This record gives sequence, structure tokens and C-alpha cells, in this order.
Amino acid sequence: MRLFHIFIILGITIFSLAYLASCHSNLNIETAQYAVNGQKLYTTNCQNCHGAKGEGLGKLYPPLTDAAFFKDNRAKLSCMVKNGMQGEIIIHGQVFNEKMPANPQLSELDIAYILTYITTNFTQSDSIYSHQEVKEALKNCN
Amino acid sequence: MIRTFFCTAACALTFVACQPTAKKLPIIGEREVVQKEIEGKMVADTIYPTIPKFEFLNQDSVMLSDKFFDNKIYVANFFFTHCPSICPTMQRNLLKAYEKYKNDNRIAFLSHSIDFKYDQPHVLKSYASKLGVDNEQWQFVTGTKAAIYGLSDKYLVYTKEDASVPGGYDHSGYLVLIDHDKRIRGAYDGTNSEEVEKLLADIDILLQEYK
Repeated sequence: MRLFHIFIILGITIFSLAYLASCHSNLNIETAQYAVNGQKLYTTNCQNCHGAKGEGLGKLYPPLTDAAFFKDNRAKLSCMVKNGMQGEIIIHGQVFNEKMPANPQLSELDIAYILTYITTNFTQSDSIYSHQEVKEALKNCN
Repeated sequence: MIRTFFCTAACALTFVACQPTAKKLPIIGEREVVQKEIEGKMVADTIYPTIPKFEFLNQDSVMLSDKFFDNKIYVANFFFTHCPSICPTMQRNLLKAYEKYKNDNRIAFLSHSIDFKYDQPHVLKSYASKLGVDNEQWQFVTGTKAAIYGLSDKYLVYTKEDASVPGGYDHSGYLVLIDHDKRIRGAYDGTNSEEVEKLLADIDILLQEYK
């Protein structure tokens, strides 16, 4: 009988650990919260041009699905959202050269939400853009 | 309660009864009834509003007139290339229709720029090719403010130069379906994907009239 109890406890422990581990491989709770908040802001501020799935539009508006671009330009992304951008960029090997308008209405936290939403939903990134990171990045805009 | 039941039943019956006959699109706009003399007899004739003749410069700097759309149905809208608000969604949706009917010469597309200052033909050309338009089936035109804004009224589309809105021009995002007689047969919110689905369905219905 005692052996039976041990088996049950062991079973529950293994199950819980497995469950936790599977959670960990997804987004942690804070990242998920940021992404949820970002979705609403994305719909209002970004979706017109970049599309509901971040697919972009032809060669006019770049897709937001290039994980490598996000990684290489991580420090610049906040400035791009806030101040807009112009000049040539290469996304998925394709040249884009249109002017993106500024979004002065967005706060630092809004930008953190939006960047977290974009990178976790349209690319497979699981990292958060924290309020602090955006704040620092915006100090160093060109 | 009983009344509701009968109403529903009546509606359902009407719906069922209507099924076998081919669906036809309405003609939109205020109609006018005039008396005409035909073979000595006075008869009433209904006149529907139509899109008047026009002539605009297109993306290839060539004059494009209403003649281009003779014996075609077409979808018209009003936009401008650096529009930050509704245009990208509207053009993304119209692109779906363009791609669906590409190289089908029964149908064409016409986008009027309401930014008469900036959207010169070469700007429209670059915009069109970046959007993915590579044949003459979808025309992009520019004209004087009076001509373009005047014509938008005929399409029942609101356009206004307004410094207080993003981009500097205010307008509605309707996709307007025009038949062979230049009459309006439907208007669809180009930013609403359900309405765009309806446009695609209605295009097929309208094409049936010209088989």
C-alpha cells in the first residue's frame, strides 16, 4: 500500500515537472502579457501598412517576419517605431526603400509592447523588449 | 410570437423562392423618370446616374479616358501614395481582386490619386509596380483637384483636402463597382474584409449580365 502511494506521488511530480518544462519552452508570463498588450496597439498603429499577419504589402511595406533583421537591428527598432525611417533596408533579401512615418503618439511602454508582439508572433522569438530596454534605446536614436 | 413566426416563415419562403432566379445587382443612385415620345406614344423612361466622361494622366504619362473602360466592368477607388491611414488596407484588398481576375479583359481597375500635388505619373508608376501591378488592367491616374474631386462625387465617394488629418487628405475607402453603362452597381468598404469578399462575389454576378 505504501509503495502504491509513493508511485502516485512520483507520478504527480513527474507530470508537474513535465508541465512546467513545457511552459518554459513557450513564453514566460510577462512576455505573454507584453505581447497581448502589443496586439491591440499593433492593430491601431501598424496593421494598415504591415498587415494583420505582418506580411507587408508588395515592395511598398516590408513584412515583419525577418528574424535575422530584428536580431541585427535590435537596438535600432525602438527608434524606427518612434521616429519613422527612410532609406534602403533589406528584408528577406529584398530591397525596400519607402519612407515610414513617425509615431510620436506611442510611449516607451507602448513600443516595448509592440516590439514584443511583433517579434514573438511574426518570428519565433521568445524574448521580451522591456520598458527599460526601449527607454535606453530611445536615448541613442540618430 | 405568432407574428414573428409568420414573418420568419414568410422571409424564409421568399428567400427560397428567390434562389432559382439569377441574382442581379441593384443600380445605385437617385433615378429620374422622364417622359419620352416613342413612335408617337408618351412613355416613361427611367434614367440612372452614370459616371460622366473623363480624361486623366495615368502612371505611364498617357491620357486615359473613360473609353478604356468601354465594354468592361471596373472597380474604382480614391487614394494617395503616401497615405498613412486607410489606403494600404484598401489597396491590399483591391490587389486581391486584381490578382483573382488578372488578364481577364472583361474587368479593369481604376485608382484615382487625390494628392494632385505629389502623385505625379512617375510616383504612381513606382507605387504600382511596388504594389505588384505589372499590366495595364489596373490604372492609376492623376488630374486637377477640380476634376478628381468633382468625379469622386459622381462615384459617391467623399474626398477632401484637410490639413488636420494624417497625410493631409480625408476620404472614404469605398471600392465602387461600375457596369458597361457606367452605372454604379455596388460600393464596398475597402478596409473591411467581409465587404471585400462580397465585392468578389458581386463581380461574378455582374459579369453574368454580359455573357
